Amino acid sequence: MAPVVPSSQPWVEKYRPKQVKDVAHQDEVVRVLTNTLETTNCPHMLFYGPPGTGKTTTALAIAHELFGPELYKSRVLELNASDDRGINVVRTKIKDFAAVAVGSGGRQGGHPCPPYKIIILDEADSMTEDAQNALRRTMETYSKVTRFFFICNYISRIIEPLASRCAKFRFKPLSEDVMSSRIVHICREEGLNLDSEAFSTLSSISQGDLRRAITYLQGAARLFGSSISAKDLISVSGVIPQDAVQALLASCRSGDFELANKEVSNVISEGYPVSQMLSQFCQLFEVIVEANDISDEQKARICKRLAEADKCLVDGADEYLQLMDVASNTMRALCNMPMEFSYE
Amino acid sequence: MLWVDKYRPKSLDKMLVHEEVAKNLKKLVTEQDCPHLLFYGPSGSGKKTLIMAVLRQMFGAGAEKVKLENKTWKINAGSRTIDLELTMLSSTHHVELNPSDAGFQDRYIVQEIIKEMAKNRPIDTKGKKGYKVLVLNEVDKLSREAQHSLRRTMEKYSASCRLILCCNSSSKVTEAVRSRCLNVRINAPKEDEIISVLEFIGKKEGLQLPPGFAARIAAQSNRSLRRAILSFETCRVQQYPFTNNQVILPMDWEQYISEIASDIMQEQSPKRLFLVRGKLYELLINCIPPVIILKRLLSELLKKLDAELKHEVCHWAAYYEHRMRLGQKAIFHIEAFVAKFMSIYKAFLIATFG
Repeated sequence: MAPVVPSSQPWVEKYRPKQVKDVAHQDEVVRVLTNTLETTNCPHMLFYGPPGTGKTTTALAIAHELFGPELYKSRVLELNASDDRGINVVRTKIKDFAAVAVGSGGRQGGHPCPPYKIIILDEADSMTEDAQNALRRTMETYSKVTRFFFICNYISRIIEPLASRCAKFRFKPLSEDVMSSRIVHICREEGLNLDSEAFSTLSSISQGDLRRAITYLQGAARLFGSSISAKDLISVSGVIPQDAVQALLASCRSGDFELANKEVSNVISEGYPVSQMLSQFCQLFEVIVEANDISDEQKARICKRLAEADKCLVDGADEYLQLMDVASNTMRALCNMPMEFSYE
Repeated sequence: MLWVDKYRPKSLDKMLVHEEVAKNLKKLVTEQDCPHLLFYGPSGSGKKTLIMAVLRQMFGAGAEKVKLENKTWKINAGSRTIDLELTMLSSTHHVELNPSDAGFQDRYIVQEIIKEMAKNRPIDTKGKKGYKVLVLNEVDKLSREAQHSLRRTMEKYSASCRLILCCNSSSKVTEAVRSRCLNVRINAPKEDEIISVLEFIGKKEGLQLPPGFAARIAAQSNRSLRRAILSFETCRVQQYPFTNNQVILPMDWEQYISEIASDIMQEQSPKRLFLVRGKLYELLINCIPPVIILKRLLSELLKKLDAELKHEVCHWAAYYEHRMRLGQKAIFHIEAFVAKFMSIYKAFLIATFG
């Protein structure tokens, strides 16, 4: 790769842990892998968990630590969704790479260099079922000289025969204090000023996804300079400000259809993403539920429609119409209007 | 030249709306440390204008000398080769393309063409500014696979290439892509901002604006600046000097839809449905997108309804629009909506008036 101007490197890459022991919060995984480094014995592995918890980082780190910079190129094959990974690639490229035998070579410069190669399949849940099936036999036949690392978000999308051939590791979402210690470290390195409110906002909007937190932080730092407030972070993250969500709810409570219509049009022209709106709308209910007068039945009705609207949005339905329907449904539930349509 | 183009701000300093965003973007670009950007917002809010201004800020006037290329790419997809024709606008520093044009084959564009472009790093004589910019329009229309493919490309070639993505709704862009970009939300300009832009244009053109005239155009524009300027120019062509009570004509298709709406309200019968179908076809063959027809029809109908019925009609509009998206022929679904409406309205009339 061409030399990188240091400043233009994303912080996510810059602060990616280089060694397995630096990976934050995933204690079991780290323990197993450090063991692997000592014994150089390694099963096939399957890393799964939500985004931004360190799966790719761990896989890359262990590969680098096992082989060192020189052997890395010849011993590790990294494939992800941006490469074509259809069944043909599995049958040719992966198989060819897996079939090559390697010598043990012995220890080189502090790296154990065990006598096998590693194939890292990142974002493996986007592989087709056929391609996964084609891998089954390959994994077994060449298990002497090749180890596979699968990385995915949803383990349910990995077919059972593959999953059962691997040691599975679940990566858990980062807790708030682990995340903030990492953020503090980056802030110190980059010379940023964050107050405590900004810290808590950052961890709440990133929801345990460290990559997202760092990206927001970098975005805010680039846009607003070295002192960052909670408001700046929200504007960078694309989270909808609370008052906009509150306004929509208030308009639904009022029972006035025109008011709700106006509020929904406003949300659309402000450019707020509706899927985000739906999830924040839903979160809002959790908060007001305890202190408020909304009955369980009302909540259930509202949530049902929220879920339907979300599915429709995924299918590509129009944002305005869906949000309007959600608002009208919420209004009917909150104002005790009849839920069934009378003129069907 | 249309006023929309004539008065499009060329640089970030001259922005009349979104000044705050422009200021921040300028700071971002001048520090030579530009991340990937994702612009999202409703149409007519100024995303494209901002992107062009950002490019100009990055590369100077050279970014404006664009040429249109129509290139055929041969892509080797395993056993067969695919020919893809793609139109792109390029200057020496940036390439602009619409990857969703390729329809279901958009994955290949992302995997092959964009990767190819991203790999080649331009070399400057002074060895500076060693990156090029790819502007991708309508990323929300990209298929899920294509978006998945995009994410690693963005990371891998981030040293030699910056992506500027542009879309209407960021809900249709996957989280993975969004989290790799600096998201810039461009809201539709407020009515008073539109008024001030119209007044600015009026002054430049040396026009006399009667008080309240600009406000009326702005109110009709649905907060789309482009539309406001276009209808301002239409008014200028129709009649000048402006009079206080000059009618600002709505678009002809909008008028047509409100005619349809009143047709539906007048009579609910299979015969009338047949008549409406003819009119809907008329709109469709004039290339009015079906979603827009449905939305406009809904808003016209809502104006004439009792509050009680509004919820119901609104629900069915959302329902049929979703079906339309999943289905293939739009006319069925719009017609189904009309038929549904007629049946609801008829039932309502019978229940109320007997």
